[in-house]
Amino acid sequence: MTTTTPAAPKTAKTQSTEYFEVGAEIKDAKAPGGAIEQKWSKRKFEAKLVNPSNRRKMTVIIVGTGLAGGAAAASLGEAGYNVQNFCYQDSPRRAHSIAAQGGINAAKNYRNDNDSTFRLFYDTVKGGDYRSRETNVYRLAEVSSNIIDQCVAQGVPFAREYGGLLDNRSFGGVQVQRTFYARGQTGQQLLIGAYQALERQVAAGTVTMHTRHEMLEIIIVGGRARGIITRDMVTGEVESHFADVVVLATGGYGNVFFLSTNAMGCNVTANWRAHRKGAYFGNPCYTQIHPTCIPVHGETQSKLTLMSESLRNDGRIWVPKRAEDCEKDPRQIAEGDRDYYLERIYPAFGNLVPRDIASRQAKNMCDEGRGVGPAVKEFDAEGNERFVRRGVYLDFAEAIGRIGKDGVAARYGNLFDMYAQITGEDPYETGMRIYPAVHYTMGGLWVDYDLSSNVPGLYVTGEANFSDHGANRLGASALMQGLADGYFVLPNTINDYLAGSSKFEKVDETHPAAVEALESVTDRIAKLLAVNGTRTVDSFHKELGNIMWEYCGMYRTEAGLIKAIGLIRKLRESFWKDVKVSGVNEDFNQTLERAGRVVDFMELGELMCVDALHRRESCGGHFRAESQTEDGEALRHDDEYAYVAAWEYTGTAQTPILHKEPLEYEFIELKQRSYK
Amino acid sequence: MNITLRIWRQANASAEGRMVTYQVQDVSADMSFLEMLDLLNEDLTLKGEEPVAFDHDCREGICGMCGVVINGTAHGRGESPVPTTTCQLHMRSFEDGATIDVEPWRAGPFPVIKDLAVDRSAFDRIIQAGGFISANTGAAPEAHAAPVGKLQADRAFDAATCIGCGACVAACPNSSAMLFTAAKITHLAMLPQGQPERYSRIKTMIAVHDEEGFGGCTNIGECAEVCPKQIPFDTISQLNRDLIASLFKKDGK
Repeated sequence: MTTTTPAAPKTAKTQSTEYFEVGAEIKDAKAPGGAIEQKWSKRKFEAKLVNPSNRRKMTVIIVGTGLAGGAAAASLGEAGYNVQNFCYQDSPRRAHSIAAQGGINAAKNYRNDNDSTFRLFYDTVKGGDYRSRETNVYRLAEVSSNIIDQCVAQGVPFAREYGGLLDNRSFGGVQVQRTFYARGQTGQQLLIGAYQALERQVAAGTVTMHTRHEMLEIIIVGGRARGIITRDMVTGEVESHFADVVVLATGGYGNVFFLSTNAMGCNVTANWRAHRKGAYFGNPCYTQIHPTCIPVHGETQSKLTLMSESLRNDGRIWVPKRAEDCEKDPRQIAEGDRDYYLERIYPAFGNLVPRDIASRQAKNMCDEGRGVGPAVKEFDAEGNERFVRRGVYLDFAEAIGRIGKDGVAARYGNLFDMYAQITGEDPYETGMRIYPAVHYTMGGLWVDYDLSSNVPGLYVTGEANFSDHGANRLGASALMQGLADGYFVLPNTINDYLAGSSKFEKVDETHPAAVEALESVTDRIAKLLAVNGTRTVDSFHKELGNIMWEYCGMYRTEAGLIKAIGLIRKLRESFWKDVKVSGVNEDFNQTLERAGRVVDFMELGELMCVDALHRRESCGGHFRAESQTEDGEALRHDDEYAYVAAWEYTGTAQTPILHKEPLEYEFIELKQRSYK
Repeated sequence: MNITLRIWRQANASAEGRMVTYQVQDVSADMSFLEMLDLLNEDLTLKGEEPVAFDHDCREGICGMCGVVINGTAHGRGESPVPTTTCQLHMRSFEDGATIDVEPWRAGPFPVIKDLAVDRSAFDRIIQAGGFISANTGAAPEAHAAPVGKLQADRAFDAATCIGCGACVAACPNSSAMLFTAAKITHLAMLPQGQPERYSRIKTMIAVHDEEGFGGCTNIGECAEVCPKQIPFDTISQLNRDLIASLFKKDGK
């Protein structure tokens, strides 16, 4: 059984190069035909059901406890399945969904501003630059209202008005107010809601929680995902766990860039291990660079901090018109000497242009030498050291004049406090300095309409899959997708697969596939500990991050990407010769944990560069210098690239195989994005 | 800056621990406290010594994973001008040449795993005992069915900002987790959705709090002082009011 239906290979021009080969096209075989409004109801009706009394006999492994994983674990536990839930943190409440600030979209139309399911669908497809699958996105918009209902019922304290009803705001480049929020801590409150529902099921005995366990391998038996290998991060014990189905809800891989707004522990290992065992990786190069982060302070920086882009609702972004003003105190720069470049270039949207445009323009301003703040060391495309000011002002002087300091504090107080604490500067007095940072990865394991990967029995939810956001994600849509997948989609599709599980082969520790998976993990750990070289794990991770940021970041060129692939291959060789991993496996060994993750990041980094290289168009967060309009805006090529790139693994440093899933737009007309 | 650190080193839960002195050079004032520990660990690794284990994850003050006692106060509250998590404490709060003591949370219900990392799973078990609203997925009424007055909503929110870091327990001479428990009690008690289980929840949560070995509250207030999210101390009064009221409720508990 396979969940994908490979179509006959097209005679299309072979595009194979020394970096990849083109394989058969694939398509989603699960979304039913008919009107888009009917598809999800139809699919739910057609999906096979599992009798409630049989559910407890079926084991579901869920890796990850964020919005997508925690919500799924709670919901499947409530449904009566035997759920085994894993996380690397000390508690499921720590998952990085917690750090999302801004809000969550839902097509409630509470503001009477002409919002609808179709409009949210339309905005998400358009925002994703027409590189997402219509069917999945429509369903996301369709269940968005249920999410708000569910969270309110759980006690999530959304912002409310004096009448007691829920408040909304507009967010990130859309023209309706559909974003629900909980001050600047929406992700935290939604996650705690899911966490509480999860702990309720732990108490009820339907969910078994395995904290401080990291998934290091997947067990495939007879072509089906049947279990995982984990390492107990306290004792070092390598264990096998078996199930009827495996769900990966392991988040994004932004830490391939070393510096990102992800938590320090966020990693690609679970996804990458599944990829190595056959799961296709969809659109790995689609990375979102968030425009409003606090700039880098120096070489010892370990992570970047994002400030909600809701700040752009009231803040005005500018740089000095003249490079010689860049060192000045911003209060000394006259109004006429400031360049409010987003308002100048995009008068209709101004400071609220989508994230990719805001980010790229900030980079352009700094590349022109008009950046502000401390000059930080970096390397140019030729590898030469240089110092560049990487920052632009986000100024609230106008807003303070309009609604007063108290008004600004009421809206953004916690963000201002955070900024002051991190930088030691008072943003009420001087403009904030911001710069783009890696924030979200739209790419992830390829899934069909049911959220099943091409490996039967392996489901992927939330940021870990590639679906829904295309080449660029709209603000306040990540929380929506995580919870949609976890609460409403997966619990209504996984039953279709589990209904056949009584016929599955029995597996335990003695099965050759389980023995092989476990040994591959213990061998890898032993190999890491045996190198005993002279460089730390972090030094390799930072070097990888520099390569990725320079060549596979906001601005990508053919030559740069080819260079990056060569550099990553060299880095990987040098890692296995020279890395130093201290300690032993049978211990709480954080260096060993990081080393294993960096190994997988290095392989992923190469695939990201290959994906970026093959896609000779600019779309969403992916800007290819060779594909731009006369005035420097992104230029898509729908005739050649309106497809999902799903990559098949063939071996470390072997050329991967590209499977294209053509994207057909039946309900939305493709347009070049224009925010001018 | 150059800093002298005296750090608690303990190989595992059953081993004996001790303070060990280290020098860290070239510390920048803009570094976070944890970045300074990273610097130490890079240096220790290159010297062939075991790096210091400490818990951390988001490094933006929201996940609640990090937390150490710095110069005697949880999260270094005594060094910081504002309430903070350890990850958001910056080295500009210290003088060049300073000696800094770094210890794990010290409380019976939080056994040390290694060095500065402790086991806080007791917090999860308190939540399992009733820190939720029983609302199955799919069973929710329309979100606007139950309005919530802004004052109640704000009070619920203030309590709900708890990140479960455990600083309150570390700061309390009784190792009480009353502020943590009261935050959840207050969050849910302020909302209409939380009413049906309001008086049963409090009894089961307090019972587990006590079983886990957390001490009683004697109104000292250190917990709220070090709390990075400024959970109001009067949530504990709310808890006590609800606990007393619960004694008169016939809910079968």
